[in-house]
Amino acid sequence: MRLINKMPFSQILAAVTGALLLMCVPAFAPNYAYAQDELTGTVDQGNIQPLPIAIAIGGNDASGGDLGNKISKVVMNDLESSGYFAPINPAAFIQQNPDVSVQPEFAAWKTINAQYLSNGRAFVDSDGRLQVDFRLWDIFSQNQLLGQSLTATPENWRRIAHKIADAIYEKLTGQEGYFDTRIVFVAESGYKTARIKHLAIMDQDGANPSYLPVAGNNTKVMTPRFSADSQEIAYMALTADSARIYIYNLETGRQEAVGQIKGMAFAPRFSPDGSKLAFSVSQGGATNIYVMDLRTRSMTKLTSGGFINTSPSFSADGSTIAFTSDRGGSPQIYLMNASGGNVRRITFGGGSYSTPVFSPKGDQIAFTKQSGGRFSIGVMDAGGGNAKLLTSSYLEEGPTWAPNGRYIMFFRESQGGNPSLWMVEVTGRVERAVPYPGGASDPAWSPRLK
Amino acid sequence: MVSTKSVAKFAVMALVMASMAACTSKPKPVIEPTPAPAPEPAPQPVPQPPVAEAPLPGIVPGSQQDFVVNVGDRVYFDTDSSDIRSDAQGILAAQAAWLVRYPQVNIRIEGNADERGTREYNFALGARRAQAVSDFLAGKGVAASRISTISYGKESPIDNGSGEDAWAKNRNAHTTLTSGAQ
Repeated sequence: MRLINKMPFSQILAAVTGALLLMCVPAFAPNYAYAQDELTGTVDQGNIQPLPIAIAIGGNDASGGDLGNKISKVVMNDLESSGYFAPINPAAFIQQNPDVSVQPEFAAWKTINAQYLSNGRAFVDSDGRLQVDFRLWDIFSQNQLLGQSLTATPENWRRIAHKIADAIYEKLTGQEGYFDTRIVFVAESGYKTARIKHLAIMDQDGANPSYLPVAGNNTKVMTPRFSADSQEIAYMALTADSARIYIYNLETGRQEAVGQIKGMAFAPRFSPDGSKLAFSVSQGGATNIYVMDLRTRSMTKLTSGGFINTSPSFSADGSTIAFTSDRGGSPQIYLMNASGGNVRRITFGGGSYSTPVFSPKGDQIAFTKQSGGRFSIGVMDAGGGNAKLLTSSYLEEGPTWAPNGRYIMFFRESQGGNPSLWMVEVTGRVERAVPYPGGASDPAWSPRLK
Repeated sequence: MVSTKSVAKFAVMALVMASMAACTSKPKPVIEPTPAPAPEPAPQPVPQPPVAEAPLPGIVPGSQQDFVVNVGDRVYFDTDSSDIRSDAQGILAAQAAWLVRYPQVNIRIEGNADERGTREYNFALGARRAQAVSDFLAGKGVAASRISTISYGKESPIDNGSGEDAWAKNRNAHTTLTSGAQ
């Protein structure tokens, strides 16, 4: 049995302050239709049967509250939202509160068609720390697949739940977990003509939303992006007479404007090693891509000419930058060397393509396509080709990858409606709204928390 | 305002009184049932005098209001284009003439885009529109040092709607007087 005694919870949780928003509605919207439109190839809609799994974590918190049940619910919601699991309603359980220290009654779980069971116990130890012991069982082979103990401060009970869901997801899907992550995004409110745009952060499942106080209390803040260590975010702030990029250290709360840039600066994106920041600068009607060495603060211009060159994104190895340019007459996606040069176009379908974002493993690029009055989120191979559209609607854009490269979050706006966050699996199979009680756009998915 | 209903009521009373007056000389007036009055004709629009070409009274020459009302502070663009349309050329020529007349005024040109594009691309598109207006004004004699430009992308629409009409309005460049106006 693997034992995790002390989870090194990152300090960023404590560093993040700001007004608490309303708690989210945990329910997900119903599945939408899968992608309709393929560019080349077909969307793999592989009809995976979600695995029936029972989550039965019991135990109480220090004041006798029903903490085990609360943890179970978060685990169930995580697993269900992945599209790979069908958690069984606890009301159907025959064996109530299965003791974590003995084998479960397999027959009782087989009867309710559970393929897997994760049982456990939450309790607060004499030092006031929350501990959750849990196991994962294969009901048919009657084997224990996992046995772990997680410890944290009691207020971090949700993170323990996400860690349990990650462990189960990893064991049963063979893919990295992504539930113990957070989303930085733009909280939008008010009419379009006077919209307020706040920087905000919440857990991947929509819990714990709060505003991030930004420099100068700016109320038009957009396009936040995480650094690879998830300690920093780069964002763009728009005022009546300026557009600037700031880097916000979530741990210290420190924020600074990037460089003394003449003209508008926007579309920031960190290099995978965090040493550089690529972004766009508009000057004299032309928009070009620059990269800044964050140690020396020296800037290098990577593109030139009078066209639009924006939305740079580094490949996973840092060697290549994908970007949007209209140099060919309409917005299309191009690649270039990270030091500039060797520019080649990689999108050729009808319509326009923009917002390329390399996957964490570097094997794919997510993009926004605009065609026939509709917007779509799609993926293609890192060198172009094999483009597939995953979703389609009146307006959607701004893809961001889950750290395991299996899901893409983006924002969608219905005609005349408020923006909202959505996620889709890279096969197009799972499409869900991410709960947030107000308007939300520009999601940035954090790496896995430490 | 007198409502149609009360006008009708008044008409009925007037008719009754008139018929009574007409009958005073007769000893035994025969009161005829009063026919229902005809419905009032719908109010017709009153033609307004044509808008005066001259500055409206009360507007200070060289003021923000003078610029907005008598010149026009916004021009519009086609989809994904920064070409100055023919319907914008007159307005921009008038802006340039006004700015030449008031050389102490500095301006900021704000480029805007409709929602049919991605956020980042539209910042670049708005910047291009603002620059196109700036170049036009500079070509008509406004010193470049008096002009600054910014793009608000698709973030500052003037129409809340989501349709062709709204998009057409939201693809624009707005000229703001930043200093020196009366």
